[in-house]
Amino acid sequence: MSEPVLSVKDLSVVFHLRRGDFTAVNKISFDIMPGEVLGVVGESGAGKSMTGTAIMGLVDRPGEVSSTSITLNGDRIDGLDEESLRKIRGRRIGMVMQDPLTSLNPLFTVGEQLIETIRRHLPLNEKQARARAIELLADAGIPKPEDRIDAYPHQFSGGMRQRVVISLALAAEPELVIADEPTSALDVSVQAQIIKVLKRLCAERGVAVMLITHDMGVIAEAADRMIVMNKGEIVETGTVGDIIHRPKEPYTIKLIDAIPSIKEQNPRYAAAVARGDEGDAAVTDAPLVRAENLSMVFDLSPSLFSRLTGRNRKIVNAVNDVSFQIERGKTYGLVGESGSGKSTCARMMVGLLRPTDGNVLLEGTDIWNDKDAAAKRRSKIQMIFQDPYASLNPRWRVGDIIAEPMRQLGIARNNKEITEKVAYLLDRVRLDPVVMRKYPHEFSGGQRQRIAIARALSSEPEFIICDEPTSALDVSVQAQVLELMSQLQDEFGLTYLLISHNLAVVRQMADAVGVLHNGVLVESGPVEEIFSAPKADYTRMLLDAVPDIAKVA
Amino acid sequence: MTDITPSAPKGRFAKIIDSDIFFSYRTSPVAIVSSIVAAILVLAAIFAPWIAPYDPFSPRTLNLMNGFTPPMSESMLGAFFIFGSDHQGRDVFSAILYGSRVSLLVGVSAVMFAMILGVSLGLIAGFRGGLTDTVIMRIADIQLSFPSILIALLIFGIARGILPPAQQENMAIFVLIFAIGLSDWAQFARTVRGSTMVERQKDYVSAARIIGVKPIFILIRHILPNVLGPVLVIGTIGLALAIIAEATLSFLGVGVPPTRPSLGTLIRIGQQFLFSGEWWILFFPAITLVLLALSVNLLGDWLRDALNPRLR
Repeated sequence: MSEPVLSVKDLSVVFHLRRGDFTAVNKISFDIMPGEVLGVVGESGAGKSMTGTAIMGLVDRPGEVSSTSITLNGDRIDGLDEESLRKIRGRRIGMVMQDPLTSLNPLFTVGEQLIETIRRHLPLNEKQARARAIELLADAGIPKPEDRIDAYPHQFSGGMRQRVVISLALAAEPELVIADEPTSALDVSVQAQIIKVLKRLCAERGVAVMLITHDMGVIAEAADRMIVMNKGEIVETGTVGDIIHRPKEPYTIKLIDAIPSIKEQNPRYAAAVARGDEGDAAVTDAPLVRAENLSMVFDLSPSLFSRLTGRNRKIVNAVNDVSFQIERGKTYGLVGESGSGKSTCARMMVGLLRPTDGNVLLEGTDIWNDKDAAAKRRSKIQMIFQDPYASLNPRWRVGDIIAEPMRQLGIARNNKEITEKVAYLLDRVRLDPVVMRKYPHEFSGGQRQRIAIARALSSEPEFIICDEPTSALDVSVQAQVLELMSQLQDEFGLTYLLISHNLAVVRQMADAVGVLHNGVLVESGPVEEIFSAPKADYTRMLLDAVPDIAKVA
Repeated sequence: MTDITPSAPKGRFAKIIDSDIFFSYRTSPVAIVSSIVAAILVLAAIFAPWIAPYDPFSPRTLNLMNGFTPPMSESMLGAFFIFGSDHQGRDVFSAILYGSRVSLLVGVSAVMFAMILGVSLGLIAGFRGGLTDTVIMRIADIQLSFPSILIALLIFGIARGILPPAQQENMAIFVLIFAIGLSDWAQFARTVRGSTMVERQKDYVSAARIIGVKPIFILIRHILPNVLGPVLVIGTIGLALAIIAEATLSFLGVGVPPTRPSLGTLIRIGQQFLFSGEWWILFFPAITLVLLALSVNLLGDWLRDALNPRLR
C-alpha cells in the first residue's frame, strides 16, 4: 500500500460565537489514497463543506481550526502562513465549487483565466500555456476548444461552465482536487456527464478527489470510498458498496432508507394492483382539473421599438400547447429540467400568471375567463412553494401566517374560532400548536415547510400545487414531508399537482406523470407505464441519467 | 443545522437585552457615547422651560445692561450667565435650550414628512414597476441632481409669495418642514423601491396573491414591514442632515422667525460679534449644533452596521 495523498488527523473547526462555542467539525481523521475518489456525504450542517474549507486553510474568523496534523504527500500543510498556503491552493490542491457562475471571473475570457493559472504554477510561456489550456478544455469535453477558449463565462451553459471549472482546477496538475457539491446546481442529464468527466480526468492523471455532496446518488456513481458525516463527526467510513448495501450505524441506515430510489415502484400502484384494479384503469369521465392547450409566450424584446418593428424581437415560448388532466384525489407529477416550463405551468394553474392561450378548468369552471372565476380559484386552489425561507413572511407570527387565507376568504371570522382552527392545522402537520406565537426564523427548513403546508390547508382547498416542495430540504426531512403530504391527501381528499426535477420523488408520489421538455409535454400517462416503459427518447435519457444508489454493485 | 429547540418564553425586557442589536450596542463605545450625548441634548430641549434659568423670549426679563456678559460670570446687574449673554442681555444657555427645541422639532417633522412621502412613493414604484416606476424615479433623479438646500430655498420663496403676509410668521415653521422634507424624500424612495422589488418576487407575496389579497394590503401588511430596516437607518442619518439644513436656512435668514430663534438663527446672530471679541455668542450654539448632528449621525452609522449582517 502506498502513502496516502492526503492524511488528516484530528481536524476540528470551532466557531467562537457570542452564545458559546459551536463545533462545526469535531476531531475527524481520514486518508485519501492516490487516484482515489473519496465521497464525503452528510446532511446540511454536518460539517462536510467546513472540512474541505479547513483543509485549504480558508476558514475565516471567528472560526478556529486545530489538528494534530494534515499532510499532503508527506508535507505538513496545517498551520502554514497565508503566503505558503496560497502556493498550495491551486498548485497542489485544485478546487471545484458548487456554483460555476461565481467561481469564474465574468470579466475575463475562459482562456485568460486558464492561462493565468497555468503560468502562475507551471514554467510555460504564453503560447505553450495556451496550447495546454486548449488541451485541458478538450479533455473536459468542450467541443471546438480552439474557438471556445476566447469566450466569456456567460457564453457557456451551466454544464459547460462547470467543465471549465474542472479544467481550471486541474490546470496546475494538482495532487488533490476538492470538489464541493460540483453538480448540485445542475440538471440531472448534465450532472451525469460532469460526474463522468471529473471521474475520468482524475483517473487518467492519478489525482485524488475529495467529493463533498449531500446526494448519495452522486457518491454511488463516482466514489470509491465514502465517509458519512453527521453533526461534525464521522459516523461511518468504508467502501461505497459496503456502506450502501450493508450500513452499520443507525444514522447511516436511516439516511439510506430515506432516499427515494427511482427503481422503486410506486407504493400506491402496488396497492392498487393488489386490490385488483390496475391503478390507472379507473379513468373517470369528470376530472377535477384540466389544462387545455396551455401556452405561455414571454416577449423579451429589448425595447418597445423592436416590439413594434420586429427587429431584434425575442419571443420565448415558455410553455407550448400543454394539456393534461388530474382526477379528484390523485397526484399528477410534472417533471422536467430547469427552463422546461414547469413553474410557468404552476403559476398559470394557480392564478398568478394569465396564460397567453389555452384554458385551465377546475370542476368545469375556467379559472381565468369565467365570471366568478377568481373567487372560485382562490377558494379551491392553493400552492406550496419550493423555498420555505422565502414563502413565509419573516415579520409575521406563525399563527397569523396560517390564519391569513381564512381571514381573507372569510372562512372564520372571530379570533377564537381562528385560533382553534390554526391549532388544529398545526396539529395536522405534526407541530405543537404553541408555536403559533413564534416567528418563522425560529424553525428549521422542514418545520417551515410544514407551516407552509398548514397555510395551504387553511383555505380548505381541493387542489394543491406543489412546486418542488422538498428540493430545498435534506433527504431525511424530505421523506418526512412527503409522507405528511400523502397522509394529508388521504385525510382531506386532496388533489395534487407535484412539480419536481427529482424523478424518484415523482415515482413515489404520483399516480400519473407528465414530462416537460422545452415547454412541450413530450409524454404523459400513468406513472408506472412511464417509468418502466418510457416512449419518448427524452424521457429515457432523463431516467438513465439519474444517479441512483441502486446502481452500485 | 440542528433543529431549534423551542426555548422557554422570556420576558420582553430579557429578550431585548439578549438580542443581537443590543449586543452590538453594548460592544460599541461610539454608539454608547453618541446615544448618551444625543439623549442629553434631546432631553434638555424637551424640558427647556424647566431647565432654562431665564426666559429668553420675554422682553421683560431682557435688560441691555446685562449685554455682552462673558461666560461663567456675573453682569453689572449681578445676574449670572453660564454661557454668557448676547448683545440684548439674553442668556445664551437658555437661548440654546429653546433653540434646539425648534431645531429638533423642525428636523424630526421634516424627516417624518420625507419618510412618509418617500416610503409611499418607493413602495408604489417598486411594486407597480413599468411606467409608474419610471415616472416616480425620474422625478427623484431630477430632485437628487439639485442641491437640496436650493430646493428648500425655492419652496420657501414660493410659499412666501403665496401666503398672505399676516400668516407668514405663523406658517414659517410649517413651510420650513415642508421645504426640508420635500428636498429629502428621494433618498427614502430609492432605497424602498429597491427592497420592494426584491420582496415582491418572494413566494410569501405570491401566497398572498393566490388567495386574492388586494395589492394595497400586500404592500402595507407584507412588504412594508420587510423594507423598514434600511428606512430606519436613512431616517436617523437624515435627521442629522435635516437639522443642519434647518440651521443653514435659518442662518441665511429664510428660516424660522427671529422671535423663535433656532440654533441656526442663534449662529447667525452670533457671527456678527465673532470678530469683536464676543466669541461665546457664536461658539456655544455652534458647538451644540455640531454635537447634535454628530451624535445623531454616528448613531445612524452604527445602526446601519448593526442591521447589516455582512458587517457583523
